[in-house]
Amino acid sequence: MQELASLFVKSIFIENMIFAYFLGMCSYLAVSKTVKTAVGLGVAVIFVLTITVPINFLLDNYLLKQGALSWLGAEYADIDLSFLSFIMFIAVIASMVQLVEMVVEKFAPALYGALGIFLPLIAVNCAILGGSLFMQQKDFGGVTEAVTYGLGSGIGWFLAILAIAAIREKIAYSHVPAPLRGLGITFLITGLMALGFMSFMGIKI
Amino acid sequence: MAEEKESLFSKRNRGLLSDPLNDNNPITVQVLGICSALAITVQLKPAIVMSIAVMFVMAFSNMIISVLRNSIPNRIRIIVQLVIVASLVIIVDQVLKAYAYDVSKELSVFVGLIITNCIVMGRLEAFALGNGVWRSFLDGIGNAFGYAWILIAVAFFRELLGSGKLFGFQIVPQSFYEMGYENNGLMLLSPMALIVVGIIIWIQRSKNRKLIEKH
Repeated sequence: MQELASLFVKSIFIENMIFAYFLGMCSYLAVSKTVKTAVGLGVAVIFVLTITVPINFLLDNYLLKQGALSWLGAEYADIDLSFLSFIMFIAVIASMVQLVEMVVEKFAPALYGALGIFLPLIAVNCAILGGSLFMQQKDFGGVTEAVTYGLGSGIGWFLAILAIAAIREKIAYSHVPAPLRGLGITFLITGLMALGFMSFMGIKI
Repeated sequence: MAEEKESLFSKRNRGLLSDPLNDNNPITVQVLGICSALAITVQLKPAIVMSIAVMFVMAFSNMIISVLRNSIPNRIRIIVQLVIVASLVIIVDQVLKAYAYDVSKELSVFVGLIITNCIVMGRLEAFALGNGVWRSFLDGIGNAFGYAWILIAVAFFRELLGSGKLFGFQIVPQSFYEMGYENNGLMLLSPMALIVVGIIIWIQRSKNRKLIEKH
């Protein structure tokens, strides 16, 4: 239990998707103009990550890894399909995103309109595929760890986009040098925030 | 077909190659493909390998999608695109593992993340779905160059200022260190990539006034 808790905290703060690995930057920069849309996208990312990481974990362990097919019989034990993992992961992610898209369109049409093109683009949000690929690298012991990791990284991403959206709403009222307006200042602020988040790195849990 | 009659390098086609370098740069103007741009720019070598990989994937995915564009049903196009891009990335990944294992280890998950590099999907959606094969190919190459030069510029400064080296060779002479020069260790940390890109955007937009945003 304690291990799970530390994994959870670690994936939110220390290995934050945005500030430590810059994953999902594209939608992070494009959808962070107002807090409301940022929250919508953030929640969608949490949801998709929490579902896809464990599904891909099962796929990896029972289908793709070397020796994963041994449940089929001894003659399959040394088949290594791990070169297929990119394509399998992305297929799972794309279909999950399609599902989320349909649900949002049905139950929250206003949010659907606001998110616009970025909802289908969650499929190509690097944070989602990144979550699965890091999961593969980390070699988790069980599904619960995979769920914890997915949820934690999603929440980390959500916090990051929420923070930058709030800052950008405020910064609209200040005098930013003209060439820095919009994108430039967002980059600089994210850089400073990332420096701040680096202070979590020293923490040993 | 009007585009068939144009010469291969007509002015319009050359524009496809040169626009992404400045006016329509994928990173600083279209805001695509930032993720990988930042994470692998500590040194020049991985940055260049990454640029070549992206160029390969973009040129060919643009071309393939453009060939198929009239036969892909609109509703499932994202999945079709992802499958094509993923297969190309698998080729790149396997080639890197076979011939450049060190770099492949260094890039780790970021080769796989080319699949979800928004720059690839973005150009497929915005260009290849509505344009001919040759033009899509040029668009892929052009945007990959626009991506590459930012990547290489960021990596150049980070490696030079952060460790005093380029391509792993010592550039800053020993006598400088003896006079009290220190490497800027901050440059090796990942947040500095964001700040360097921010500064590049700043410089680019002060030169190129029409890119300035209203807020």
